[in-house]
Order: sequence, then C-alpha cells, then structure tokens
Amino acid sequence: MGKLGRQSEAMNAAPGARGAGQLASPGGAAPRLILQGISKRYGDVIANEGVDLSVAAGEIHALLGENGAGKSTLMKIVYGVTEPDAGSIEWEGAAVTIRSPAQARRLGIGMVFQHFALFETLTVAENISLALDERVAAAQLAARIRSVSERYGLPIDPQRLVHSMSVGERQRVEIVRCLLQSPRLLIMDEPTSVLTPQAVRELFATLRRLAEEGLSILYISHKLDEIRELCDVATVLRNGRVSGTAIPRQESNASLARLMVGTELKECHLEPHEAGATQLELIALTLATEDPFGTALRDLNLRVRSGEIVGIAGVSGNGQRELQAAISGETLCSERGMVRLCGQQVGQLNPAQRRRLGFGFVPEERLGRGAVPGMDLADNCVLTGTGAGLVRHGLVQRDAARAFARATIAEFSVVCESEQARADSLSGGNLQKFIVGREIRLLPKVLLVAQPTWGVDVGSSLQIRQALIDLRQAGVAVLVISEELDELFAICDRLAVMAAGRLSVAVPSAQLAGETIGQWMTGGFEAAAAARVEHAAV
Amino acid sequence: MRLFDPSGWALRLERRPRASRIMRIVSSPLAALAMLITGFLVLGALGKDPLTAFKVFFIEPVSSLYGLGELLLKATPLMLCALGIAPGYRANVWNIGAEGQFTVGAITGGGVGLFYGAFLAHWALPAMLIAAVLGGMAWAAIPAFLRTRFRTSEIFVSLMLVYIAQLLLSYLVHGPWRDPAGQNFPQSPPFADNALVPALFAGARVNLGFVFALLLAGLSWWFGAKTAAGYRLRVGGSAPAAAAYAGISERANIWLAMMIGGGAAGLAGICEVAGPIGLLQPVISPGYGYAAIIVAFLGRLHPFGIVLASLLMSALYLGGESAQLELQLPSSVSGLFQGALLFFLLAAELFINFRLRRVRSSRTRVPAPTAA
Repeated sequence: MGKLGRQSEAMNAAPGARGAGQLASPGGAAPRLILQGISKRYGDVIANEGVDLSVAAGEIHALLGENGAGKSTLMKIVYGVTEPDAGSIEWEGAAVTIRSPAQARRLGIGMVFQHFALFETLTVAENISLALDERVAAAQLAARIRSVSERYGLPIDPQRLVHSMSVGERQRVEIVRCLLQSPRLLIMDEPTSVLTPQAVRELFATLRRLAEEGLSILYISHKLDEIRELCDVATVLRNGRVSGTAIPRQESNASLARLMVGTELKECHLEPHEAGATQLELIALTLATEDPFGTALRDLNLRVRSGEIVGIAGVSGNGQRELQAAISGETLCSERGMVRLCGQQVGQLNPAQRRRLGFGFVPEERLGRGAVPGMDLADNCVLTGTGAGLVRHGLVQRDAARAFARATIAEFSVVCESEQARADSLSGGNLQKFIVGREIRLLPKVLLVAQPTWGVDVGSSLQIRQALIDLRQAGVAVLVISEELDELFAICDRLAVMAAGRLSVAVPSAQLAGETIGQWMTGGFEAAAAARVEHAAV
Repeated sequence: MRLFDPSGWALRLERRPRASRIMRIVSSPLAALAMLITGFLVLGALGKDPLTAFKVFFIEPVSSLYGLGELLLKATPLMLCALGIAPGYRANVWNIGAEGQFTVGAITGGGVGLFYGAFLAHWALPAMLIAAVLGGMAWAAIPAFLRTRFRTSEIFVSLMLVYIAQLLLSYLVHGPWRDPAGQNFPQSPPFADNALVPALFAGARVNLGFVFALLLAGLSWWFGAKTAAGYRLRVGGSAPAAAAYAGISERANIWLAMMIGGGAAGLAGICEVAGPIGLLQPVISPGYGYAAIIVAFLGRLHPFGIVLASLLMSALYLGGESAQLELQLPSSVSGLFQGALLFFLLAAELFINFRLRRVRSSRTRVPAPTAA
C-alpha cells in the first residue's frame, strides 16, 4: 500500500474506508459471503493475494479494477471454477469449499459471464435448458423464460437460434438464464456494456428490486458512473490485492479511478480540427440479408472526412453487423457505387482489395474474427499485414511479422508472454489493444472500429480512445460504431444513430443531447429528418 | 461429463487449461501401441501364439532387402495421397475421395503410356506423370466446382466419385482398352519399358515414386510453414470468420486444397499401375486412398508425421498379407488393425485438450446404482 498517500482524497471522502463492507451491512446480520485472505498464483503470476471481501444480504457490491487486477480470478474462485491456494470462504455463516460451478449454483450463487458459453446452433430455450441443473419441460421453460425476460426488461424470444443473435442479445440470454435459477448471490461481469441507456436504467431498476428482495449482487464493472449510481459498496483491486474499499456514492469518478489505477488519469479531449476531403462515403447503401434474423440495410448515406471521427450509436442488432460487413467487403454490395473509399467505388471489392486502398478495420468480435485464436500474435499480424511487407513473393516473412508484433505490443502496452503467445491466451482487453494497435500501425487512411473499448478497463480504454484521436489529428478518417454513448460523445466530431437498418443524418456531437439520441435509437430520427427537410424547404 | 466409479469416486473429463504438449507428441505412438496390444489380444483369442504372430506380422515381412523395398513401395501411395489431402484437412476442406483421384490418375497417365508411349519415346514417362497429375486434379475439380458453385458437400461428392472412377476403369479394361492378346482377361496391354516408373535399385520393387513422395513431403512442409497460400489455408480452417475478415477467399482455398489432393493422388495412381502392377486392371488399389485418411490423421497432418505414419500403415498391409499366408488368418485382419488404429487415435486425440480427473463423488451427485 505504498501509494496510500496519493489516495488520501479518496480515503477522506470515504471515512473509515477499509472495512466499509462490514459497516454497510444492515442490522449487524451475518454477511452472506465472506472471503478471507484469498490467494491464487498461476506460476509466477500473482492473480490474488490476501483478498478480503464481505457481501451482505441485499447488498450491491462493486468489484472494481483494471484488466488483470484479479477480478475474474476472484469471481471464478467464488463460483467454484478455480480453487484458491490459500484463504477461506464463508457462505451464509458456514465455512465452505466450493469445488464446482454446479455446487456453487446449489448453494445459491449464479454468475453472468463476460464471455458467453452458448451453443450457436441451438435455440435460446435449448441453451438455457442445457445450463439448468434440473430438468424442465420445454413448453414450461419457454413460458418461464418469457415471464422472467419481460419482468426484468430483457426481451428475448426463447425459440430464436443463438447464432443469429448479436452480442447484446446473447448477453440477455445469459442474464435470464441466471435469474431463472433464483440465486441468492448474483455475480455480474460487466453486464451493461451492451445495453442502451434506457435498458441500463431498466436493468438497474431490476437489480435494485432484486436487492430489495434480499439478493446480493457482486457487480464487476469499470464504468464508474454506473457503480456510483448503483452500488452500495465498492472493493477496488489492483495487482491482485485490495487497494481500498469505498462507498461509491461519496466518491468522484476521479477518486475511484485513482484507487483503481494508482496514478492520475488524464482525460482525452478533442482539439478543434479542420476536417479534410471525404474518404469514406456511403451512397444509398441498401442491402438485403440472407439471415432470417439479420437486419436489411435501407438507404444508408454517410460521409467520413479525413481528420474527423464519426460515431454511429445504436443498440446492437439494428444493422451494425451488416453495415460493418458492407464497409469491410465481407458482404459485397449490389452496386459498386454504394461504398466509396478514397474516391474509388469499392462496393464490389473484397476485403483484401479494400485494405490495399488504405482501409483498416477493428471488428467487434476479437477472437475468431479479428484474430485467429490458435495462432500466435506474430502470425496474427500477417492476417491483415500483407501490404506492410509481412508477405513478400508469396512467402510469409516470419521475422518481419515478429518484429511488427513486438512493436505493436510495446507501443500499445499489451500484456502477454511474448509475440509468440497464442491470441487466445490474452485477456479480452489486451487482445483488443493488440488488434487496434495492429490496424493503426498498418497506417490506414480510413479506419472502421466497432465497439473499441467493449470490456476494456479504464486505463486501456483511454489509451485506445487517445490512439483514435491521434489518428484523427494525423488526418485519418475514423468511423466508430459503438453502443457506449459516453465514449461516442467523448471522441466523435459527429454522431449518427442506427435503428432498424436505417441511419440518421450525422450531427455534430455538441449539438446532440443524450435524450435525443435515446429517441433516435428507437427510430425517432425519421420524423426529425422529415421535419428538417420541411424546414429547409421553407 | 462424469463416469461412474463404484469406489465412491467419480472420473471426470475436464478441459485442460491449455493443450498438453506431451500428449500432442505421444498421442500417435500411444494409439499405435494400443492398436498393437488389441491386435494381439484378438490374435490370442483366435488361438495364435502372440509372439509368433508378432514375428509373422512385423519382423518377417521386412527381414529381407526385397521386404524392405515392399515396405517403401506400399508406403509410397499412402504417403502421396495423405500428403495431398492433409493441407485440405487443415483448411476444413474434406477430400475423402483420394481413392477416386488415384484411379483417374492411373487411367489418364496409363492412357498416355498405352497409346502415345511409342511415339513419345523417352518423353513417355514424364508425359504420363503429368497426365496423371492433371487427371487426378480434374477428378478433384468436380467436388471443388460443386462446392464453390452450389455449396454441395465435397465429402459426399468426392466419395461418390470414387465409385464412378472405379467403374470407369472397369469399363475401359473390359472394353475399349482390353488387351487383344490377353486371352479375354479384363486388363490392358502391359506398359512398354519406356512407360514404366523405374525401380530404385535392383532386387526390390520400390520405384521412383517413393522419391517423389519424399520430395512432396519436403515441399509440403515448406508450403505449410512458409508460404502465404499455406497460411491462408490454415486461417481458413481454424477461423473462417477471421479469413473472411482478412479477405482470404474461401473459394480459392477450396480449389487449392482440392487440386493439391487430386494431383498428389493422381501421381500415386500412375506410380502404382506403371510400377508394380505394370498394366491397367479393374482393381488397382487395396484402398490406399482411404487408408491415407488414417495416415494423414496419424501423422497429425504434419508432413513428417505423415512420412512415419505411412511406413507404419504400409507395415500393417504387409503384415496382413504375411499373416494370411502363414497363419491362415482372413484378409480382413489388416482392416481390423487399421480400424483399431483410427479408433485409438481419435481417443488419444481427445486427451490433448482434455484430461481425466478423479474427484470424490460424496459432495457431488452421482446417480447411485439402483439396488435390486
């Protein structure tokens, strides 16, 4: 705790900060869960050391920390996935050893994972039925899924196949699955990262109701606003150890972030900057979809100029996936002129050809699309680095690829063993930094980034956002598709909203209120656009 | 997954945190060992002395120079076919019709030898080899075209084309290509000397095809490890979405994989008919093209592994023949060994990514055996 001095502000703001967990437990009742001195090492790496944590009945307890701070390991220990090397767990007053997730569920512990374990070829109901420990008749289960999902504002159709669902929709399935088992402690790993502001509010109302009914919630997140709004107590982890506990309502974002990161964070901000020529243009982009659950794109128009960042807001599943594929070339357009890149009509060029014109792309799915899970980082640079000299005369230049990967790792402070670590050995946030770094270091003229900081911690998020802003200063045209409005407002010059396969006009962010965007997300922009046209005609 | 264990413990199959490096290396030898033990248990049950059987099966066939030559001779088509299909298997392109491409290679290469052999003089053999490679490729082009154009399964199409190829060969040697001087046997005239693949050394039948197979193994390693095309095949197989993202053409991958497989199988076919067989006849292969699938997996789709695996598979063929002669065992004994090998191989493969762990079942529910 050598940095205690610097944390004094945070500490002062939360009187008696250490042990605040106990202070917050109502009426002196025994806490539902007590962790004492939990330690876990993986080889030389300390994941957790001497972690104490106490969660009272009906308490919403935030677990805060950077990527690699040990949050996930700690939660895996509570959920029985991993056994601790040392320390004790007390559940509802009795010492327990939790050997398996099944046992954890029997004790009354549920967990919503950040990475979803769903079978793509099965329906929602079938997936949930597989995950339940008891047998439930299909019809009855579907009815229960419907009632739970409606009650908690998480609309899902039990009969839909998972493979056709967006990331956001899949997460709803996971949350509903847990709630079906009526747990007494619910662990949620970054649950709001894919919800609209309205849906987050509804979820919070749900969580508060659940907490009032006596459910304890362990809430892992890096969104400080949300934690301050929702959580009763926060335990902050840094480098595997508890760096402090606090009552979030009495803290500021800055003081919480300081506890988490250990140093002062600088906010990124947009310098006023003159945009240049149009580099990416969509002209009446219309695209049917073969996927029965896909979204057809209808008459999309957009311009992104060099030296500006344009954001597309909206809930996933409204055509973002299809739009990304149409811009990247994974889906070809019916007419060449629907997509223009650096002045050329590219609607029917494949992704490699578009990349040669100066296009870069960071997709939403990191593992399996942005990177090959079983290949090492150097080989993963070859994926898009053909033009950067990583392939010459039809031969892979392994040394060049390794050098490229090493430089990317260094420049974007990616935490990994070496450039020869497999992509699937990296944490989500680190892999994202690596992919963003790879695409940026390929010096694109146009960069498309989907969900740039989904599940990425505060420090890394800032780094990624700053990197995008640096690109803008360097004259790159950047298009960001994200569900996080705060992020879009922080880095975008102009914002458009996507709903039901249509795109609103892009408006300077400063002229746009969050509430307006909320309305637009449900398709309200068409009326607004019509009004504007009339206005212009007058 | 949990298996019942009466001692109050349960065996649980759980995913390893990372793939076991040791199992990756020992899985194939382990499978071969389990196959041997099973084989000898079966032989023992049939009343054969296991030691004698082992000797007959594995020692006698290779205890002479001629025998060693036979080992390499039989390994040649297995090696060629397996090296051809392995890159496709890495790329999720499942050409299981090497047997058919082998047959068509024998037909096109053999046809050139039979009808233009005299005219081509000492260019006959190179022309035959090229014709055989092109013939195998043409046969493999059918499933490739149907998959890329109509999304049909190359597994079924390539398999069905095996039977068509065999019937085509049968028609030719029963009809238009039948040797007029062959006393009505369904076979072509024998190849002239200039149309035969030369033997490597006197006293054994192993021929130049074995050298081609070794060269192909080296080439195949270089292709997979160094070239961009090999890289694209690997990405296409292990992460199709990443391949689409990178602009790797699935169509190009399918065509490339099928052409490599067809060409190599066609080459194997001509080396067989213009080698040890010496003419075209209705049956020219004891299932090399199918056994090559086992060889490819036994060699873990790695070229050098395939070289070793094809030698083992060849030894099984030889042992089976020798066991038929000396122990009066049915010819299906080779098939039994092959089948057992594939079975144990797939089982051993599982333990690369999974492990068995004994867990005390008192805390976890295990369905208790219902007492009567």
